[in-house]
Amino acid sequence: MPPIISVNQLSKTYASGFQALKQIDLDIRQGEIFALLGPNGAGKTTLISIICGIVNPSKGTVLADGHDVVRDYRAARAKIGLVPQELTTDAFETVWNTVSFSRGLFGRSANPAHIEKVLRDLSLWSKKDSRLMTLSGGMKRRVMIAKALSHEPQILFLDEPTAGVDVELRRDMWAMVRALRATGVTIILTTHYIDEAEEMADRIGVINKGELILVEDKAELMNKLGRKQLTLQLQNRLENIPQALSGYPLELSADGQQLVYTFDAQSEHTGIDVLLRQLGEAGIDFKDLRTSQSSLEDIFVNLVRERA
Amino acid sequence: MNIHAIRAIYGFEMARTWRTLLQSIVSPVISTSLYFVVFGAAIGAHMTAIDGVSYGAFIVPGLVMLSLLTQSISNASFGIYFPKFVGTIYEILSAPVSPFEIVAGYVGAAASKSIILGLIILVTARLFVPFHIEHPLWMLAFLLLTALTFSLFGFIIGIWADNFEKLQLVPLLIVTPLAFLGGSFYSTHMLPPFWQKVTLFNPVVYLISGFRWSFYGVSDVSLGVSVGMTLVFLAACLALVWWIFRSGYRLKA
Repeated sequence: MPPIISVNQLSKTYASGFQALKQIDLDIRQGEIFALLGPNGAGKTTLISIICGIVNPSKGTVLADGHDVVRDYRAARAKIGLVPQELTTDAFETVWNTVSFSRGLFGRSANPAHIEKVLRDLSLWSKKDSRLMTLSGGMKRRVMIAKALSHEPQILFLDEPTAGVDVELRRDMWAMVRALRATGVTIILTTHYIDEAEEMADRIGVINKGELILVEDKAELMNKLGRKQLTLQLQNRLENIPQALSGYPLELSADGQQLVYTFDAQSEHTGIDVLLRQLGEAGIDFKDLRTSQSSLEDIFVNLVRERA
Repeated sequence: MNIHAIRAIYGFEMARTWRTLLQSIVSPVISTSLYFVVFGAAIGAHMTAIDGVSYGAFIVPGLVMLSLLTQSISNASFGIYFPKFVGTIYEILSAPVSPFEIVAGYVGAAASKSIILGLIILVTARLFVPFHIEHPLWMLAFLLLTALTFSLFGFIIGIWADNFEKLQLVPLLIVTPLAFLGGSFYSTHMLPPFWQKVTLFNPVVYLISGFRWSFYGVSDVSLGVSVGMTLVFLAACLALVWWIFRSGYRLKA
């Protein structure tokens, strides 16, 4: 299946001279939930804004469902719904009117049944006649999601959807995202909360300083995440790993003082007990031991630091 | 053509008009009525007729134009400035709408509103002074053309302005003086020859002159020149709007 969004060699330099994106290549698969992870100012919002038509690209192209977002903007944008990061709503409009407005703006004929469904799904139905300025921040966030869903988009962008959102709304939002995915909608969300990416995404992309430094299946990342390391501080220096222990994924440090054993923490048999027994039998003593786990957070922090 | 989008923007803007009815319609009507009371009924009674038209009736077209100009500009400039200011413009920019559709929605609504207003003012004026309209179709044509042109002009100001002060600047410092000096309250023939020449550089003169001609068949400049100059200004505004969307000026980074 061709990618639903295809970003090719996309660069953006703002008028101030700030280069927000550097030759980004990225394919989003149809029907996936893709999390774009990165610190503040990494270029997440710029990337989304270019795809959605709010910012002009400096170089490169973006195809949305095969349509160039600049040349064929009408076809491309009709497929896309955007929930921006900032809470920007009209103060005086009612919930119903503002959501209906969005549907019309995106070229769809009125469909009160759909609007009603969207509002009910987002627990906004009881507020449909309320003016936006009377709503809480969380409710406004829901309204912005409702607006983005009003025209039944095939691709949904959520820019920092859970920034400043309470637990209940966050849970609702995640449920909604999963329900949308089940109907075939592709969802791209940006976040700097790693647990959110972990919880939601099928694939994760890490962006930093305008560069996409990693794109990987979450399962792959979780695999790395699930791996633990046992580090043994040896009593005596070791030249080689003894023949008897060659069956284990062991690594000896350069100074011969540390033995590192990598294992899957989630498996039933970690093999630690057998390893320690065999070490004893081989006459290798150790004075200390510790286990460590690489989290997505570590991976992320390392990646970002490496490039800094 | 995204008709739904034009309708959505137009409907949104008109809803704003009805919501702010007092400010949108009532206050210009009241201020115009005051002009009629002061200039038409009180002072006008002591003035001689101009070009055979009583002073009260003479100022009717000028006053309607004055409201039409200022309201078209303020409606349209505010209509596009406000979404920029609060940030809701993101939705317009990310929607599958062409520049033409955006302009049709915003400018169409602003022009509709000022035309409604112009007609209300005409009806109000009739309560104070008797007047007649010799060429009603021309009158409507001028009303439409002026509302459209100045709504476009207002739209440009709304995009250009990046704070509230700028939003008021052009209407206050340029448009209002031009409108007052454009022959709303006098015939330019009443000016000394030098100022008559100067006045020809004021585009509002052509609007008011043409509009007044549609009422009484008398004008400061010929009808053809009036229509021509208005169309030139309309074309200039269209060109500027076209450039704005092409370059993304003040809309897109």
